[in-house]
Amino acid sequence: MIVSCLFTLLSHWSRNPLQIFAYLSGVALATALWSGVQAINHEAKVSYRAAAQTLGEGQYDLIQPKQDKTISVVDYVNLRKSGWLVSPVVDGYLDNVRLLGMDPLTLPSSFLFANANLTNSISGNDFFELLVTNENTSKNFGPNVEVIIDKNVAPGIAVGDISLVQRLINKNSISYLIVNPIQPLEQTKLEEIAPHLAIINTEQMTDISQLTDSFHLNLSAFGLLSFAVGLFIVHSTIGLAFEQRRAMMRSMRSMGVSLRILIISVTTEMMILAMIGAIFGIVLGYLIAGLLLPDVAATLRGLYGANISGTLQSRPDWWLSGLIIALLGTGLAMSSQIWQITKLPILASAKPRAWMVVTTSYFTLQMKASVALLTLGSIFAILFDGLVAGFALLGALLISAAIALPAFLAWCLRKLQKSANTPLWDWFWADTRQQLPGLSLALMALLLAVSANIGVSTMVSSFRLTFISFLDQRLAPELFLQVASKDQSSELNNFLSERGIEVLPLMSVETVISKQPAELFGIKIGNTYRENWRFLDAVENPWDTVQLGKAIIVNEQFARRANLWVSDRVNISPDFTLPIAAIVGDYGNPKGQVIVNEELFSNLFPQLYPARFGIRTDNPAELESQIINQIGIDKNSIIDQKSLKAFSMEVFERTFLVTSALNVLTLGVASFAILMSLLTLADRRIPQLSPVWALGLTRSQLGKLELVRAVLLALFVVIFSIPTGLVLAWVLLNVINVKAFGWQLPMFLFPFEYLKLGLYALCAAFLAATWPSLRLIKTPPSDLLKVFASER
Amino acid sequence: MNVKLLILLVFLPCNLIAQSFSGLGSTAEGFTNPIPNKSFNFPLDHGSHNEYRVEWWYLTANLIGEDGIPYGIQWTLFRTARSPTEGNSWLSNQIWFAHAAVTTPKEHFTTERFARGGIGQAGVNAEPFEAWIDEWSLRGENFDELTLKATGSNFSYRMSLEAKGPIVFHGDKGYSIKSSEGQASYYYSQPFFEIKGTLTLPEGTINVTGSAWLDREWSSQPLSENQSGWDWFSLSLDNGAKLMGFQLRQTDGSTFSSSSWIEPNGSLTSYGNKEFVAKPLNLHTVGEKKLPTHWRLLLKDKNVDLNVKAINPNAWMDLSIPYWEGPVEISGSHSGRGYLEMTGY
Amino acid sequence: MVLNLNSIRKSYRTNEGKVSVLNDVSLTLLGGETLALRGESGSGKSTLLHIAGALELPDEGSVEIAGKELSKMDDTGRAAVRRTDIAIVFQHFNLIPSLNVAANINFQANLSGPVDKIKLEKIVCSLGLSDQMGKYPEALSGGQQQRVAIARALVTEPKLLLADEPTGNLDEHSAQSVLEQMLTLVAETNTALMIVTHSRNVAARMDKQLQLIGGQLK
Repeated sequence: MIVSCLFTLLSHWSRNPLQIFAYLSGVALATALWSGVQAINHEAKVSYRAAAQTLGEGQYDLIQPKQDKTISVVDYVNLRKSGWLVSPVVDGYLDNVRLLGMDPLTLPSSFLFANANLTNSISGNDFFELLVTNENTSKNFGPNVEVIIDKNVAPGIAVGDISLVQRLINKNSISYLIVNPIQPLEQTKLEEIAPHLAIINTEQMTDISQLTDSFHLNLSAFGLLSFAVGLFIVHSTIGLAFEQRRAMMRSMRSMGVSLRILIISVTTEMMILAMIGAIFGIVLGYLIAGLLLPDVAATLRGLYGANISGTLQSRPDWWLSGLIIALLGTGLAMSSQIWQITKLPILASAKPRAWMVVTTSYFTLQMKASVALLTLGSIFAILFDGLVAGFALLGALLISAAIALPAFLAWCLRKLQKSANTPLWDWFWADTRQQLPGLSLALMALLLAVSANIGVSTMVSSFRLTFISFLDQRLAPELFLQVASKDQSSELNNFLSERGIEVLPLMSVETVISKQPAELFGIKIGNTYRENWRFLDAVENPWDTVQLGKAIIVNEQFARRANLWVSDRVNISPDFTLPIAAIVGDYGNPKGQVIVNEELFSNLFPQLYPARFGIRTDNPAELESQIINQIGIDKNSIIDQKSLKAFSMEVFERTFLVTSALNVLTLGVASFAILMSLLTLADRRIPQLSPVWALGLTRSQLGKLELVRAVLLALFVVIFSIPTGLVLAWVLLNVINVKAFGWQLPMFLFPFEYLKLGLYALCAAFLAATWPSLRLIKTPPSDLLKVFASER
Repeated sequence: MNVKLLILLVFLPCNLIAQSFSGLGSTAEGFTNPIPNKSFNFPLDHGSHNEYRVEWWYLTANLIGEDGIPYGIQWTLFRTARSPTEGNSWLSNQIWFAHAAVTTPKEHFTTERFARGGIGQAGVNAEPFEAWIDEWSLRGENFDELTLKATGSNFSYRMSLEAKGPIVFHGDKGYSIKSSEGQASYYYSQPFFEIKGTLTLPEGTINVTGSAWLDREWSSQPLSENQSGWDWFSLSLDNGAKLMGFQLRQTDGSTFSSSSWIEPNGSLTSYGNKEFVAKPLNLHTVGEKKLPTHWRLLLKDKNVDLNVKAINPNAWMDLSIPYWEGPVEISGSHSGRGYLEMTGY
Repeated sequence: MVLNLNSIRKSYRTNEGKVSVLNDVSLTLLGGETLALRGESGSGKSTLLHIAGALELPDEGSVEIAGKELSKMDDTGRAAVRRTDIAIVFQHFNLIPSLNVAANINFQANLSGPVDKIKLEKIVCSLGLSDQMGKYPEALSGGQQQRVAIARALVTEPKLLLADEPTGNLDEHSAQSVLEQMLTLVAETNTALMIVTHSRNVAARMDKQLQLIGGQLK
């Protein structure tokens, strides 16, 4: 019986291909962006895990040589013989691939290279002659490197026995030692065995996945937004399909189909269709992810130095997650309809409701819900800290704006109807009001898309303005260079001071300050700093106190994480504290920074010398060649201001490329929602329009009015979405950014940008309405006449 | 360090893990095979023999603490070779690994280390004698006076040893046959060490004294394919005599046994298959394994009928290569103490 | 006895309060018997028909269809009775618009069991629908649509045919012919027929005529 019912229910779609198209594409679009984003996130996570297993980053303490020192085999053996369970790693590059030479005998077992899966494919002595790498990376190697493929190796990396890698990269020393977390009872102190080596604790290392979490959460939020927009389409097509089949369902029930069977059949039908739509969506999502992934990879590399694979692999878990979310979404969208079927008596009017009965009280209810939701979101954001609370606020804001929209539009239309002075416009506004319920879901989708666009573009553009002026402050020197040794450092210093060139030496060390991993910088305070740096907050004459070694400057990230602000005292070393003189904005940098003057830095770290320099010069090109020729600094170690700025801007632009691509896609989905709503409404419109036509309006007039209506409604939506978008931007800049990146940005307004976006939205609505209007214009008069002859 | 990786790396033919290797090749290509009538050359033969595939320095000791509690310690250094040469630096073909354990009547502490040869992380020098891996070592000016050291994450020990008797040679003057098919190894022992030192355990430091037994063995031949494991006894009787006896269990249920009776003066009588008989009296469950930690041992020729019982039946070595090894108490025709090792369960 | 309604009471809740529609209505119908139910709009004719058709339950009283007491059944049981013992023809929207004539007729038949092909052929033929089987409802005239509805109703060999103004939407000529065909088929199959109608002419063609006034049969 179910099969028979299913067949009958499905017959509806074959007679209404547009509806099934709308339904399937609604599900597909909803699923596509969601699963696309999931695919990207998943790929990134797999890469991080692979990196963790391959490199052990962030999981183990490391022993590294101090500046200018190396780790020899003798050092390694001495450490082992003194009770240090350490494992050597040689790190270098061959054919653009990062090679890691490891010793499987001493490597902690969580490492891929110490793992059994790997060894299954390795036999006997060949082991020492083989590099292990994933398939993509293996393509980089020439024919004389023997490789075995293991997909679990992180992208861009090949691992081999230390003996092999030392030979391949022609290096005899050890790059660093991995410290096993389990150490013996008795151990000689590191300083006594190898004073030239230093131990780096895991808490001093920046954890890639922690840093990138916020980025992925951002992507997820966008995916969810598009999913919501897609669901609007699904919801409205499902509503229409149920409504149009009311008569069918009555007939079926009167013929002896029980309610249970009917519900099972309808649910099965909807779920099968949702499944089909979801499969399309997942494939589409896969394509989208494939297109976006290289940019995401570039962003993550540029921003965080995290290496993720630039190619997508199809993975069963996100196929599954795509299907599940599509089915859940469909279930959500159809639940109210199912509920109605169970509630309505069998014989409730079989007539399709040409008009949704929408009363003022319904709008009032929506308004109340909207206010309640917004309040709830704000309370949540105030009570709870963190990114998730931020996103909850964002979600509450968007949804409450969306559900308040119909009431707002109804209000506008009522006002307009009152001011209408001809019968035609009176009819037009009344008719538009009556259409509102049918269109409101699509209009909400448009609102979400436009607001998100306004919000995100405000954020990105504000960020860009801030970032550009920040680059101008920070990148004042015309040349930047890095030296390779202490001798080179002093040689360069002499060379430049002989010529009276202003030089800004920079010493840095990664350390832990106030329990936060931070970079400590020692700088020579001169005019360049004094003139160019702008502070977010500072005491009077901050540079003077810093120059005297009586205060420090910290970046915003550090201040927020440590919750230490101007005048608070910071523990530079266990028994030494200094107050904060100023907080400096530091954008595009995930790490905390603490800045002290040169002398203080040298006192704290006497063995360190400046390895990086900024140089002020009028003729960077000439000075650069002089430095290369006379001091022998490698050309790759010098970069001029212009290139550095260009590089920084590129990183910046790439970071938001994905965001803007997703923005465009959501706008597209929203206009598709309008198109679908208008098309599905079109059939119902005929009986409503026929009397007007009969009263003397031509079909082309009616068609044009339909177009005007769509554009006007879109215009109202745009007007409503500007304040929504700006509030959204405010939340993004002041809540999300602070939580995600550790910096707060000033908000700038871009009216021209909003105008442009508004025009896009109107165009989208216009385009979406064109087809239905054309159809109306071409409707044969006989169809219009039929209304009067209809048996209704 | 992963077991499988180790196995692949080293083709370890060690008897300890015979059960894991029954499928591996039974010939020893390129390696030298033991032959009868070798004349040992000391102190050189205390050092490593890289031309043989596998070799070990195996020390066990029965100790009594100041508190009167019996303890046992184990210190073993294994060498296994991928090929019969040393190889340069990291390219070394020699793989070293070591096990250390302390057994108390209630607890059993174990740990292990791995290293490759060629870089100095582990090795054995004959004179002055030094066997080491990481900070663990067994060393001395000569083989009669040694110091011993090992550390784990929750225990450590430091000992000094003094030989009170001669080195003894098992089998046919040090040529010890391991199967009826003729697989053999070189095998000698110093069973007459007096030992004293300190144990550091989670409860604190304890001074201990006792006797130790050092086994030296090297070979290139793995066990024969039908041998699944062994039960090995090194016993010091209170009358000053020593008994070394082992039985290799075969897959068909039969055993191949070999034993040495050592008089207090060091004179050794060697017995071939079937003379030494070991009968399990009781099975004990450790984790998922069931092992006989209580034995009856018979050596008719010397009127030996012993009841041998583990001091701590839970002395399971849960390492990359798992086995049972721990101190035992002896009663019956003779009394005394010793060590039991069981593999392949 | 095909239909036995005993002391049926039914009232509805409206904004103005409780409105009693049926007030102690009893009625029996034998196989092959035809009955016209007349009454003014809102007199409760349709409600009575729906109760007789197991579409609605009375507040009080018992409904017995082909010997089955309905009040003891759940929705699934009543659906089964609708499937096997009852067929209903409404004034309009009888047909599933997305199925063609053949599929519409077959649908109910499929629900209640295997279709008797010969019988179906005969019914289709006698209703003059043979040429229309591939068409969709929207392409049919009102009279043809009702013929399809009757064919669909009778093909399952129901014991009771309920018709709610089946010809109310049709012009006089087609109404006449549809009614004749229906009566002929009912007589041939010994089906009990209860027809709700405004029309005196239609009512006059039935074996019995009853009128609902003030919630009671007269």
